[in-house]
Amino acid sequence: MSIIFLIIKREFIAKVRNKSFLVMTFLSPLIFVFLAVFVGYLSTMKPDKKTIAINDASGFFIKQFQNSDQYTYVNVSQIPLQTSKLAVKNEQYEGLIFIPKCSDLKGFETQIQYISDESANPNYINDLQKTFNQKLTNLNYQSAKIDTLAVANAVAKVEIKLKKASGQDTIKGLNWIKMIIGGTFGYLIMMFIIMYGNMVMRSVIEEKTSRIIEIIISSVKPFQLMIGKIIGTSLAGILQFIIWAFLGLSALLILSLFFHVPLGAAASLPNQITAASQIQMASTMQLYINEMWQLPIATILISFLLYFIGGYFLYSSFYAAIGAAVDNETDSQQFLLPIIMPLILGVYIGLFTVINNPHGTIATIFSIVPLTSPIVMMMRIPFGVPWWQILISLTVLFATFFAVVLFAAKIYRIGILMYGKKPSWKQLLQWIRI
Amino acid sequence: MAAFLEINNIVKKYGDYTALNSISMQIPKGSIFGLLGPNGAGKTSLIRIINQITLPDSGNIILDGAQLKPSDVKQIGYMPEERGLYKSMKVGEQCLYLAQLKGMSKADAKLQLDYWFSKLEIQGWWNKKIEELSKGMAQKIQFVVTVLHQPKLLIFDEPFSGFDPVNANLIKDQIFELKQKGATIIFSSHRMESVEELCDDIALIHKSNKLLEGSLVDIKKQFRTNTFEVGIVTDNEPMLLSDLATSFIVAKTNFKSLHNAVKLEINIGSQAPNKLLHLLLQYGQVTHFIEKIPSVNDIFIAAVTNKKILS
Repeated sequence: MSIIFLIIKREFIAKVRNKSFLVMTFLSPLIFVFLAVFVGYLSTMKPDKKTIAINDASGFFIKQFQNSDQYTYVNVSQIPLQTSKLAVKNEQYEGLIFIPKCSDLKGFETQIQYISDESANPNYINDLQKTFNQKLTNLNYQSAKIDTLAVANAVAKVEIKLKKASGQDTIKGLNWIKMIIGGTFGYLIMMFIIMYGNMVMRSVIEEKTSRIIEIIISSVKPFQLMIGKIIGTSLAGILQFIIWAFLGLSALLILSLFFHVPLGAAASLPNQITAASQIQMASTMQLYINEMWQLPIATILISFLLYFIGGYFLYSSFYAAIGAAVDNETDSQQFLLPIIMPLILGVYIGLFTVINNPHGTIATIFSIVPLTSPIVMMMRIPFGVPWWQILISLTVLFATFFAVVLFAAKIYRIGILMYGKKPSWKQLLQWIRI
Repeated sequence: MAAFLEINNIVKKYGDYTALNSISMQIPKGSIFGLLGPNGAGKTSLIRIINQITLPDSGNIILDGAQLKPSDVKQIGYMPEERGLYKSMKVGEQCLYLAQLKGMSKADAKLQLDYWFSKLEIQGWWNKKIEELSKGMAQKIQFVVTVLHQPKLLIFDEPFSGFDPVNANLIKDQIFELKQKGATIIFSSHRMESVEELCDDIALIHKSNKLLEGSLVDIKKQFRTNTFEVGIVTDNEPMLLSDLATSFIVAKTNFKSLHNAVKLEINIGSQAPNKLLHLLLQYGQVTHFIEKIPSVNDIFIAAVTNKKILS
């Protein structure tokens, strides 16, 4: 036992002392924040202003078009249509709205044209249609002698308020938060498995190529070395995650204080916040942060650790076996592909299935299948998963690990002493049978 | 002398290939035992089995009177031919780690390290990384790591490769000293001059089979050719030669001599050397009379190519 402990300690220290570990741990959250801010900044940047010409032969609609941040409107009703079309062709205008004269109002519904060589932005076309619809509806009302003011007052505008059973206010964006949190943790688990699995593989290859392996296994059993290496490396991963969780929670805490969200007992949040439309920016933020505290943070963090350990143990057994089978990292590619596939499958299932239906059959099955469960289950957990499902999924995951590690150890034991030609899949299977 | 390590009928197969075909040998306590054989003969397979890195298909090994067991790795120090250390780990930490893996306490390991580092004059290396050291320097660390836990059985595979002559001598002295202190040493090498110099006993493996085993002296007797190198200053050479040829097989040869002597190589077969000497004395002054003892090199080549030595 103490031998395994020694190996774990060495592997842990070797990983943690590595400069890339320090850089990854402290720089990547910064990069993440920087990217988020950068993307946010990009999305607030105003797009280029576009000039749209309007030829309104009817004269009904020209007043509806006001210059906005994005669009400047030029009235070309007095200029011949052909000239304006030429101007569009010469890219003087982004587009030309042509409204012909129509004998009756019904005619406008099919006669209005938007002429442009650029592919039109669908949102913009929708907006245009809305504008025309509004004006035409009004004109219809007038021709039917209906009091437009009365109609406008009669139009109902329902805004559904989201509440929890506890009577507390909530927001429509909550599912988005859950998706983002679940997606982040699912993706993080994939990243961690690949990153730390690769570390295990590299470390095995290093021992093999530096030939120290023969000295080590003249002192300890290959299985002890492999397990010690896997556990030692996982501890480095757990340390990194704890640092990140600490940084993340601190950031959430600081944001909470900044926006004056009462901590912990969020149930005491005053109910004065009414319709979402009336909430100012700051209180929306308050609500979001409040919701974040309402998420099962403890469950998420603990499950993350358990699923990381289980998933990582399972995958790193593969990685260790591959590292032992090859002489250098380039040779490992052929064997790595089938290992990365289920991870990617897990992420896709998470992105396409879990988000639409977190508790559907597909999502549930793949959150129990061991090779995808760490990712898929992590994505489901923010939506609330019954504890017995988590228990089954974790049991299956760890049971699979114990089965796989025995096979991996066989490949490992033989592979570490084999040099030269890269083995084939067939040979690996033979090693398992020996 | 009692055998410290008994190897009994070890068989090891890799698939269809037999790496060791029922190998047995007795390695006497406190001796330096040369394990010889051409490349691919099965030496490394045997050494790995002694180290319990791999298991034999059949046969058993007795170490110090008891069946070899997993905890015996603490009694064995192994320096593989392909040397290896963690490149980015510091020398001191690495030695402590490897010593602890062999079951030493940290304190004991430190004491031993101090002893060996001062003995090999490498005290200043504690905080250096292996990648900062030259190959020869790393070899010294490798040697220290092998002997640190005071093993009763030491296995050196080509211990002198990578060393300059000065350091090779230093290591050779250490090996002798370890032997004096009672360690049993298995020494595997292709460098026959060092085998000749160091080994008390040898075994020769060829194509998975053991060809020879025994004390070096006995084996040399077994391979003696009864050939003498003779130098004689005479003024009647033709007469001498014809007289010799009636009883012995004679050939001209060459060796360094201060005299203007006739230089001959004479195979006396089963006759007494005195008979030859008696004959020679009748013809002149004998300046050189020496039995040709086969070198380990000759024995190695002869055994492997299956020829009697006749040079």
